[in-house]
Amino acid sequence: MATKRKPRLAVWKFASCDGCQLSLLDCEDELLAVTGQVEIAYFLEASRAVLEGPYDVSLVEGSITTPGDAERIREIREASKFLVAIGACATAGGIQALRNFADVREFTAAVYAHPEYIDTLKRSSPIAEHVFVDFELRGCPINKYQLVEVISAYLHGRKPNIPTYSVCMECKLRGAPCVMVAAGIACLGPVTQAGCQALCPAYGRGCFGCYGPMETPNTAALTAWWRDQLGMAPAAIQRALRTYNAGSEAFRKESEAYEHAHD
Amino acid sequence: MMQTALRTLQRPSTPVYGSSACKPYRCRVTRRVQENDDTFTVELTPVSARQHGAFTPGQFNMLYIFGLGEIPISISGDPADPDRLVHTTRAVGAVTRRMATLHEGDVIGVRGPFGTHWPLEDLKGKDIVIVAGGIGLAPLRPALYQLVANRGDYERVVLLYGARTPEDMLYRAELERWRARFDLEVYVTVDRATGDWHGNVGLVTALIPRAPFEPRNAAALLCGPEVMMRYAVQALQKRGVGAAQTWLSLERNMKCGMAMCGHCQFGPHIVCRDGPVFRMDRIQRFFGRWEV
Amino acid sequence: MTEHEPHDRLYVLDRTDLQQLFDALRTRGYTVIAPQIENNVIIYGAVDRVEELPIGWTDVQAGGSYRLARRGDDALFGYTVGPHSWKRFLSPPLRMLWRARKTADGFEFIDDGSPPPRYALVGVRACELAAIQRLDDIYTRGAVIDDDYQARRGAAFIVAVNCGQAGATCFCASLGTGPSVGPGYDLALTELMEGEHRFVVAVGSERGAEVLAELPHRAASEGEIELAEAIVAQAASQMGRTLETAGLQELLYRNVEHPYWDAVAERCLTCGNCTLVCPTCFCFTIEDTTDLTGQIAERWRRTDSCFSTAFSFISSGSIRTSAKARYRQWLTHKLAGWQDQFGNIGCVGCGRCITWCPVGIDLTAEVAALRAEDVGQPPAEPILEMA
Ligand SMILES: Cc1cc2nc3c(=O)[nH]c(=O)nc-3n(C[C@H](O)[C@H](O)[C@H](O)COP(=O)(O)OP(=O)(O)OC[C@H]3O[C@@H](n4cnc5c(N)ncnc54)[C@H](O)[C@@H]3O)c2cc1C
Ligand code: SF4
Ligand code: SF4
Ligand code: SF4
Ligand code: SF4
Ligand code: FES
Repeated sequence: MATKRKPRLAVWKFASCDGCQLSLLDCEDELLAVTGQVEIAYFLEASRAVLEGPYDVSLVEGSITTPGDAERIREIREASKFLVAIGACATAGGIQALRNFADVREFTAAVYAHPEYIDTLKRSSPIAEHVFVDFELRGCPINKYQLVEVISAYLHGRKPNIPTYSVCMECKLRGAPCVMVAAGIACLGPVTQAGCQALCPAYGRGCFGCYGPMETPNTAALTAWWRDQLGMAPAAIQRALRTYNAGSEAFRKESEAYEHAHD
Repeated sequence: MMQTALRTLQRPSTPVYGSSACKPYRCRVTRRVQENDDTFTVELTPVSARQHGAFTPGQFNMLYIFGLGEIPISISGDPADPDRLVHTTRAVGAVTRRMATLHEGDVIGVRGPFGTHWPLEDLKGKDIVIVAGGIGLAPLRPALYQLVANRGDYERVVLLYGARTPEDMLYRAELERWRARFDLEVYVTVDRATGDWHGNVGLVTALIPRAPFEPRNAAALLCGPEVMMRYAVQALQKRGVGAAQTWLSLERNMKCGMAMCGHCQFGPHIVCRDGPVFRMDRIQRFFGRWEV
Repeated sequence: MTEHEPHDRLYVLDRTDLQQLFDALRTRGYTVIAPQIENNVIIYGAVDRVEELPIGWTDVQAGGSYRLARRGDDALFGYTVGPHSWKRFLSPPLRMLWRARKTADGFEFIDDGSPPPRYALVGVRACELAAIQRLDDIYTRGAVIDDDYQARRGAAFIVAVNCGQAGATCFCASLGTGPSVGPGYDLALTELMEGEHRFVVAVGSERGAEVLAELPHRAASEGEIELAEAIVAQAASQMGRTLETAGLQELLYRNVEHPYWDAVAERCLTCGNCTLVCPTCFCFTIEDTTDLTGQIAERWRRTDSCFSTAFSFISSGSIRTSAKARYRQWLTHKLAGWQDQFGNIGCVGCGRCITWCPVGIDLTAEVAALRAEDVGQPPAEPILEMA
């Protein structure tokens, strides 16, 4: 890359579950490997400092849940050339998006002593609902090799090699036996985007959908199979769809289809 | 029950044995011409004298930018001068945009040539009608060079070329030279007239009904967007130029160029091997069919 | 591999001497790959001892379902095929093709590859041997040869096994690829459970004969040969599925735009499992990368599937965006296009894609459904032929 100065990379944190926080910490080694190539600045959720930009790459983690967040993300966008939303929180609203299915005031009333002080948007929303996002890196947590791939692709002007096909592809490539076919365990792999190397199926569990919907998710056909062939109850189907990527269009719609079904 | 270690997708740390077939050879950019806003031509000379670029018109090379990617690009130079490999490329994505920033002296990788060619040897004594849209002129230019060099072997030679605007036209100086020749018929049209354009406005297919050629003795060579070629085939048929007299060049995703990766399939055809130049009657069953 | 007239003579190897076969292969420098159980599934992996095989197990398969069950005897090969196939070893799913360093003169290739491993594949079924031969067509019979595949393939020692039973998703008999193994093996075994547990052995190559010569063996009796033949005939009569191949290619070609494809697209998850378990699917993609410094570039080859949208991506977008176009690509390629491209049907009737489709989509049933509704399609625009 023909830049004279080192590219500047910033990491911004918004509301995220502990998983996302850990995942970024877990990536620190990889980010360190990048520091030879880039200059890195961190901005914690609490921090209001935005300026000192512009940044070549901004990694944004967490979802937008307060009006303050919404303001801050717009400033970040303005200060960034290339903005990457990382993790399920930033790309789909995360587990906090479960609030989207309920009345937020009830939640806050149940959780906080003085709900009237809580400054909360009605929904937990992904970054892309607020500003233009150059690349969405999925996962809960994200895969650190994919993170390095995105950064290195950006630094060298490549398209990142981040497939958008199903988890099943990775599951089969690593040679893991399919838990759905061989054990009758419900697995979200066929409708979930690859990236985790099919971690859960390789350990004999069904995929939880951490990487969000794959490119063309046929959730209706999958859940019909769960219901009719695996004998799964509608409530259980709905729960399976409402985890880290509950807020994504494909998973949300399908979970709503099982909303009023009787067990 | 026995449980062996959980397997992972093994990421080998060394390359496989051989694979000479997919190792590009190095070529140096010896000339670079900006054709229009987003299209440029590079002339390449092999770094090692052992390599040469002999090809037949219509074939393509896989061009590799170090670490960035490899893409199929037609050869658009003169087949009589194989030491200079010429490629005209439109910057549309990651690899082509980087290619647009190449300078003289830069080195890129080349594999090829691959694929079938315009069957000019078999068309002697015929009227040749070339229909090109946009960047589609690039793979047809070698055919034009060869036709001009062997002009006596053919009856009429007609070029119908359509571009978006006058500024988007490729090879303008050359088009002028060809147009000035009494033994070539060159008709150019643009989708949208700009500046002091006084020529044809409209689709290139609209030129077909009036073009000067004898349908029964004609051979048509087509390259451009697939919809354009579909309409061109129809317009040619209306004039009586049949599928067995029409050749066209198809674009599909290509990763290997060696009939192995499967990406370039078009129905029963493997485009990098059986194409990109096909005779229309061989593919008409699938041509224009939905998402084939 | 050296093609060789199969010897007409058949031999017998006792079950108790089978370990000596494994040992002889290992002494000759082969890594022995054979069936074994992992996570309740029979897969292929390296083994040293015969006891590591799925002794006494069988598999019960159906569309979208696979379960192991006890056989009630000690058969070593008493099951059919699982989710793995031998292409995993002959054409591994992820390979680095080369690595290059940036130089003043562009780039230079570094670390030349080392010769690939030598595998002895034990337990190769008839359909699987046919599948390997399909891969040979693609990787070694075209204008360009895949060196790595050819080296692995040339080195591979094949111990084939005749099937004694067929699975519920098997249909090799419809395609003439099984259940009795065709030529191309080094040694072929038929497991006899009646009386003494033993194997009838056929020799298919010079090196097969050399290996057998090192093992205790004797000529097979008339009775043993008949027994072996009866066992394979029984498997042939048990095929769980059939595929009518007459006019199949035309059926698919003339129904390219049949509304039927919409119906199957409603069920298909476009997950790609069918292509990845299929022993003949050969597609791969190329990934070019650099390290973070940008000084070292690598080219990788990764198994790919026509069920991904990126597969057909061109500058104007993906060609096969709809699920129906992708399912049609898979089915039409396997059963029709392949014949034009490589001279054979691309399916060997192993049934993997039926069992391992998470929603049990069954290509034999899909073809039957298409046949039932065969309406052809509106003819292409009339095309004038050259006078
Ligand atoms: C036989 C043939 C001849 C061609 N000749 C020319 C020519 O003369 N001039 C010209 O400008 N264009 C030509 N093209 C089109 C050109 O190959 C694509 O525009 C180019 O691949 C786009 O690459 P990109 O990385 O810039 O684009 P992006 O849109 O960024 O593509 C990203 C990735 O998509 C893939 N991709 C996109 N299109 C293709 C493709 N057709 N084949 C393989 N991979 C693809 C690549 O992997 C690429 O890295 C030809 C295509 C074919 C098949
Ligand atoms: S275990 Fe899940 S991810 Fe793996 S192949 Fe089966 S359905 Fe797909
Ligand atoms: S298409 Fe299905 S049955 Fe045929 S070879 Fe492939 S996996 Fe086996
Ligand atoms: S079915 Fe698909 S993945 Fe399999 S060989 Fe054909 S194109 Fe490739
Ligand atoms: S046919 Fe089955 S295995 Fe194949 S892509 Fe569709 S759902 Fe997946
Ligand atoms: S480009 Fe790989 S098969 Fe044609």
